Amino acid sequence: MSLLTINGVTKQFVTRGEGVLAPKATFTAVDNVSFEVELGETLAIVGESGSGKSTTARIAARLLEPTSGTVEFDGQDVTRATGKDLARFRNNVQVVFQDPFSSLNPRYTIERIVTAPLTYQGIAPKGGRRAFAQELMERVGLNPDHCQRYPAQFSGGQAQRIGIARALAVNPKLVICDEAVSALDVSIQAQVLKLLMRLQRESGFSYIFIAHDLAVVRQISQRVAVMNKGKIVELGSRDQIFSDPQDEYTKTLLAAVPRINPEWDRRRRSLGRAREAS
Amino acid sequence: MTADLFVVEDLTVTLPTGRGPVDVVKNVSFTVGRDDTLGIVGESGSGKSMTALAVLGLLPRGAETSGSIRLEGKELLGRSERELQSIRGNAISMVFQDPLSSLNPYYTVGLQIEEMYRAHRGGSRRDARKVAIEALERVHIPDAGRRIDHYPHQFSGGQRQRIMIAMALCCSPSLLIADEPTTALDVTVQAQILELMAELQSTTGTGMIFITHDLAVISSIAKRVLVMCAGDPVEYGTAEQVFSDPHHDYTRTLLDAVPRIDDEVAS
Repeated sequence: MSLLTINGVTKQFVTRGEGVLAPKATFTAVDNVSFEVELGETLAIVGESGSGKSTTARIAARLLEPTSGTVEFDGQDVTRATGKDLARFRNNVQVVFQDPFSSLNPRYTIERIVTAPLTYQGIAPKGGRRAFAQELMERVGLNPDHCQRYPAQFSGGQAQRIGIARALAVNPKLVICDEAVSALDVSIQAQVLKLLMRLQRESGFSYIFIAHDLAVVRQISQRVAVMNKGKIVELGSRDQIFSDPQDEYTKTLLAAVPRINPEWDRRRRSLGRAREAS
Repeated sequence: MTADLFVVEDLTVTLPTGRGPVDVVKNVSFTVGRDDTLGIVGESGSGKSMTALAVLGLLPRGAETSGSIRLEGKELLGRSERELQSIRGNAISMVFQDPLSSLNPYYTVGLQIEEMYRAHRGGSRRDARKVAIEALERVHIPDAGRRIDHYPHQFSGGQRQRIMIAMALCCSPSLLIADEPTTALDVTVQAQILELMAELQSTTGTGMIFITHDLAVISSIAKRVLVMCAGDPVEYGTAEQVFSDPHHDYTRTLLDAVPRIDDEVAS
């Protein structure tokens, strides 16, 4: 049984039509999308802007209700769950967003931020809030002594680590990362990707990793869904998608990714190895 | 060798801050030739955009610059605002990251290109309109004669960036400075814009400074590369040298950090 099953999900938004007096129109952001996520795996959803990848993520996180279709978690239909059922779902599914600063309350200390998911669930951590926050900070590679500081006192990469720590507070089974490393500089991005992979090895949860950057997706995922105009055009193993894409759009997307001249890259690596050996 | 089109020597930019003056660009030197593309690459805070703004005389108030910036042998540092006005958009033009914030939403794109052209070259509105239509055709906006009367919001993000490029090139500048021109674009659109810029350069011979944080983009468009880190120029050489045999540890670290799409995934 899959951890998460998205079954024929469609999301329509009502928009104003062209012109002032035009009747309302509907826009289909996600069009009959289905996929499953197994425990412990990373499924990446890639696509360009407007492909519907973030809307899909929001539906999977129950931050949006689908127009039709169902969301099942651990065998239970949670599409329209409320109250205790929804709370149980939120205990298992957490989200990390793109912009760490806009998703962290600037007036709260880090301790308060990372323990907030517990507060909302009415859970008191064993050993006290402080010790719990410090342990979380250590897990994501931050100095635990800084838990009384405020978000503004951290760099972008550190702030994203705080967002990750908060997601882990409830020990989730699924973490949804919506462009979680897109705003970071490349060296910081590499560190945060490593952290995400290490945390998964340690705790065995699943990721849905939403990104527009195919090279990043290739580092972290086992399976990849490619979205275009609200539909999944191709879903397969990472190696199949990257080395043997079937869909025309997937091929176009892969061909468009800028590459470092491969010959220069090879030469640099062999020079680097020679330097290390000497 | 003929004299370089554009020469920057020992450029230092100092910004006043609450904690005293800070050198955000330190002793940067480079040259750009005709038909040449220099890529400036660095992470946030590296000083790459400040270098571009210094060249254009667009630094924030209170900034101090020293060194030398010469276009076709003429010193640009220390020029009056009026003189700089006549250079910007004319001999040196620029394309920025976000076309929507560079275009005025209340005016048609045609009017904006015409205004810019006439400010530098004068002439009749009719002539300027002809130039604007040609400029839009050069960047492959279909049906340019009709689209010229459309407003910025009626174009897609990629088309808007094409319009910015058309505007930047309509006075036939000697030097084009592009600061993260493809960063906000989807990858398929980015590929088209990069192709367009390379094509236009080969037909016009404009010297180009291409600023980005994306090493793969630099690799595909620049002939020479300047790597910056915290205001310092850490590496400067041909693209081939910088990418295949970087001398500086920072460049190596940066190149190692770039996720690759083709070869083996590092574990």
